[in-house]
Order: sequence, then structure tokens, then C-alpha cells
Amino acid sequence: MSNYLYRMFGSSPVRPLQQHMAKALDCVAQLVPFFEAVIAADEEGMRRIQEKIVALEHEADALKKELRLHLPKGVFLPVSRRDLLDLLTVQDELANKAKDIAGLTLGRRMTIPEPLAARFLEYVRRSVDASLQARKAIDEFDELLETGFRGNEVRLVKKLIKTLNKIENDTDVLQVALRAALFEIEKDLYPVDVMFLYKIIEWVGDVADLAQRVGSRLQLMLAK
Amino acid sequence: MELGTVYIILACAFGFFMAWGIGANDVANAMGTSVGSRALTIRQAVVVAAVFEFAGAFLAGGQVTETIRKGMVDASLLAGTPELLVYGMLASLLAAGIWLLVASYFGWPVSTTHSIVGAIVGFAAVGIGMEAVNWGKVGTIVMSWVVSPLLAGAIAYGLFMSVQRLIIDTDEPFRNAKRFVPGYIFLTGFVIALVTLLKGLKHLGLELSTLACYLLALLVGLGIAAVSQVFIRRIQMDPEADRDFHFANVEKVFAVLMMVTACAMAFAHGSNDVANAVGPIAAVVSIVESGGVVSQKSPMAVWILILGGVGIVVGLMTYGHKVIATVGSNITELTPSRGFAATLAAAATVVVASGTGLPISTTHTLVGAVLGVGMARGIAALNMRVIRTIFMSWVVTLPAGAFLAILFYFILKGLFYSV
Repeated sequence: MSNYLYRMFGSSPVRPLQQHMAKALDCVAQLVPFFEAVIAADEEGMRRIQEKIVALEHEADALKKELRLHLPKGVFLPVSRRDLLDLLTVQDELANKAKDIAGLTLGRRMTIPEPLAARFLEYVRRSVDASLQARKAIDEFDELLETGFRGNEVRLVKKLIKTLNKIENDTDVLQVALRAALFEIEKDLYPVDVMFLYKIIEWVGDVADLAQRVGSRLQLMLAK
Repeated sequence: MELGTVYIILACAFGFFMAWGIGANDVANAMGTSVGSRALTIRQAVVVAAVFEFAGAFLAGGQVTETIRKGMVDASLLAGTPELLVYGMLASLLAAGIWLLVASYFGWPVSTTHSIVGAIVGFAAVGIGMEAVNWGKVGTIVMSWVVSPLLAGAIAYGLFMSVQRLIIDTDEPFRNAKRFVPGYIFLTGFVIALVTLLKGLKHLGLELSTLACYLLALLVGLGIAAVSQVFIRRIQMDPEADRDFHFANVEKVFAVLMMVTACAMAFAHGSNDVANAVGPIAAVVSIVESGGVVSQKSPMAVWILILGGVGIVVGLMTYGHKVIATVGSNITELTPSRGFAATLAAAATVVVASGTGLPISTTHTLVGAVLGVGMARGIAALNMRVIRTIFMSWVVTLPAGAFLAILFYFILKGLFYSV
């Protein structure tokens, strides 16, 4: 006689998860204009974009908390609860990494040496591409649910993940080349700056790695 | 029986009160899924519920009413004192009605069926004697409470899988939806009509041969499928709607199916739950009309079913529409392709149970069906704690109904009975 039927339906984690990924991507995508500003030595632009990244990262955090609250124990999901929360954590690290990169670059007033500039930007763009591809895969989550996680839709998502892995591979190749190029000119630069430049190169690579991990977490959900 | 008229009036009043309560609260569970999946608006849901609940009660409610009326209590022990059975039935109605009112006030998941069965068994076992209870029949009823959610869950799982195989997981889901959905609609109409014709119509004095039943059910199924075909044809592929969610157009086709299964669900609900409220009235009326003879054979008056149907519709109109709105707005996660699988599975299970005279809980069956879809990875999030609450409602409702019925039985006996 009471309406416990509706109490049976928990709030879906799909939409919040997709929103969180979109926010994380927004955050990461700011790295392109950010490094354009770095290369143009536009301090004002750098500061503005860094603040934007921090704000976006906070928004992503809020979405993350909300989703976690929506998944109390005893909720039955079409995918494992743990996989879902792991995926959320990786997505969140993506936003965090973007914030760290911008923060460190601005904090140390870093510059990208002129001979590396073009290659560096290409590297950043490719990393952002990886995140964009990860978002495309996460966007298929509601279609996956509709198809009960099987069939054509699974094949489609697997294809998206394959492309994601390819993009990540590109960033690896670019990273090797970038490091080699930096090594060639490093003796002419201030050593501590060089150290941190290596660090930033590594972190931008981490962005692509994290994007790839988003894909592999999703793949884990399809495997069952 | 000098107080005969008083008894009948009391029975009608209590029974109407209970039917009102079912209409006010319980119908929301039957219709909420269709409103939640946006297949029906609130207004449409109320109209559909009113028409089909009434039809279900009138056409298919007879068997369950019979069970409640005389299946559970061995009336031959009361041949000398038929009044005792009248008090018992009145007490049961009052107990179930009040228990439901209390439960819905606190929002406990309580089933009308469980309340009334608990009440009747309670008064019979304590008021008359353990041997007065037909334990075999009661055992079957309790078993059916376990079996019905499981069965509905299995059917829902199968339906969902077949939809995936035939429609969703194909290269052209929209075209296949248009092709296969009329088939599901036929299936819905055929099953409900067949069970009703085979099992339900005896009390209306309609005796059809089995072959005639099958042919008639076939016609009903084809008729409904043909009518819905008109609506399905009208649905045009809208590429804009599919931009964000690729199955938006497919779901529009399923919405037509969901509408049909919503009617089936209301029908099934009427057939099972109205009978719970009117069974005791039927018992009282038949005792009084036969001049105090406790007869197991007298036919049931059809107007009693109509009274129950009207009670539900009144409950729906006065209060039920609000509850449907609340339930509907809270289950938006259920898309028509899932909603239909759950509703059809539940409706089929309930109608079959009604046909065999087993009072089962519509809502518990629906919960079982929804879980079946969830097991097939079809629903984004389900609160499993509901299962625990349902189990608790079992443990609490049966003794509560029984206790209240015993209490009212002795009060009524004290008021009316003079040796």
C-alpha cells in the first residue's frame, strides 16, 4: 500500500559520471590555451587560464562527491560498484593532473625554450586528444546500459578504446622525441628549470596515461 | 438472522473503505512505472487505471474472491452459528483496512493481500479453532507469495533478453522495433484475454469451450495489435532526438507497448486486489441471503465485484492520482523498453494467479519483475534494501492482521452475539 516501489529505484550513476568526465575534459582542454600563453609569455593570460583550471577542478570535485553519495552500499548496479568508483577516481585524477601542471608552470614562471615550442604544443594537444577520446567512450555509457552491456554497442566502445590506446601511443612517441630535443639543448639552460621542464613533460604524458586508464576501466566493465 | 441488513451494510462499508484505500495507494504501484517511463501522462494513467482496474475486478476478480470468501475457512464447523463467520469476516475487513491505513501513514511496504489473509487466518484459528483453517489452501497461498515474484522476475529477464536480441542489439533497432513491438502487444493482449476467458468468467455465467476461449483471445490479441499498429506507423524517425542518446527513437516505439502493458497491469491489479476487499463482503452477503445457512455452494453476487471496482475508482479519483504523480516522478530511470518487460511479466503472473484463485501481492510481483530486469544489467541503480523491507513486511503484516482481526472479532461478538 505504500510506495516502496519507487524507493527501489536508486538515482542513476550514469549521467553524473558522464558530467564528471565532461568537466575533467574541460579542465584538461585548458592546457592548450595555457601553454600557448606560456609560449607567448602572456603572463596575464597564463594567470587567468590557471584560475579557470582550478575552478573547473573544484567543480569536478563537487560532482565526484555527489556521485559517491548517490552510491550507498546495497545499491545494485549493472556494473561492479568498485569498477565504477575506480573509474571515477581516474577521471578525477585527470582533472587534478591538469591543475598540477598549470600550477607548477605558473608557480615557477616557466618558459618553453623556443626550439621546443612547436613540438611541445603538439604534444599537449595530443594528450588532450586522448582525454577527448576517453570522454567519447564514457559518453557511450547510457547506450551501453540501453543494450544491457552486450552486442554492437560493446564493439563500438571497444573500437573507441582502441583508438584511445593509439593516441596514447602517439604521445609516448612525441614524449621521447621531446626529451631528446631537450637533452640536446639542456646544457645551455638553467639546470633547475630543465629539471622542472622534464617534470612537466612527464606530467603531460601522465594526462594521456590517465585518459588511457579511463578507457581500460571502462573495458573492464565490458569484460563481464 | 434479524441483524442481516446491518451486517450487509457494515460489510459493504468496510469493504468499500478497503477498496478505496487500494485505489488511493496501491494503484500507484501498478501505474507508476508507466508514468515514470513517460509512456503515459498522469491524467491518462488515471483514466487507464480507472477503466482497467474496474474491468479487471469485474471480469477476472471472481476466482480470488471465491478463495477469500470460502477457500480458507472450513465453514461446516459453524453450521449452527453462522453469525460467528459474519463477525469474523467483518473483523477481517476492518483489521486489514485499519492496518493498511496505519502502514501507509508510516510508509511501510504492506500488501493488502497479506493483511487480509493474515486477518482471516487469525480470526479463524483463534476465534473458531485451529481446525477451522484450511491449512492446505493457506499453505498454497503462502507458497504463491514466494513463487510469484520469482516467476515474474524470470519472465521479465526473458522478455528483456528477447528485446535485446530482436531489437536493440541489431543494426537497425528502429526498424526492428516497429517490426517486433506489435508482436509483443499481441502477446500481452492474448495472454491476458486467454487467462481471463479460461478462468475468470465463470461467475458471470459465461461458459465457453476451450477452443472458443483460444479463438476469442487470439482475436483480442490481434485487435489490440492492429490498433497499436496505427500508432506505431505514425512514429517517424527523428534524427535530432537521437543525437544525445542513440535509442531515443526506439524508446518512442516502446512507449506504445508500455501503454498496452500498463492497461494489462491495471487489469491484473483489479482482478487480484479488488477481490481481497470484496471477498469478505461476498461471504457475509451469501450467509445473510441464505438465511444463516453457511453454504459453500451459493453463487456470488456480481454487484459485489462492481462495488469493489467503484471503490477503487473513487479512491483513485480522490487521492490516488497524487500518489501516482509522486511514484511516477521518482522512477524516471525506467525507460519504456525496461518498463514494459517488468510490467508485462508482473501482469501475466498476477492474472494467472488470479485465474487460479490465488491472492498474491501485485506490488511484490512487480518488484520481482523489476529485479529480473536488473539482473539482466538493464537498470542503472536498484536499492537492494527494499528486498529486506519486503521480507520485514511479511513478518510483521501477517501477525498484525491476525491480531487486529482477533481483537475486532471478539468486540463484534460481544456487541452482537447473544445466546
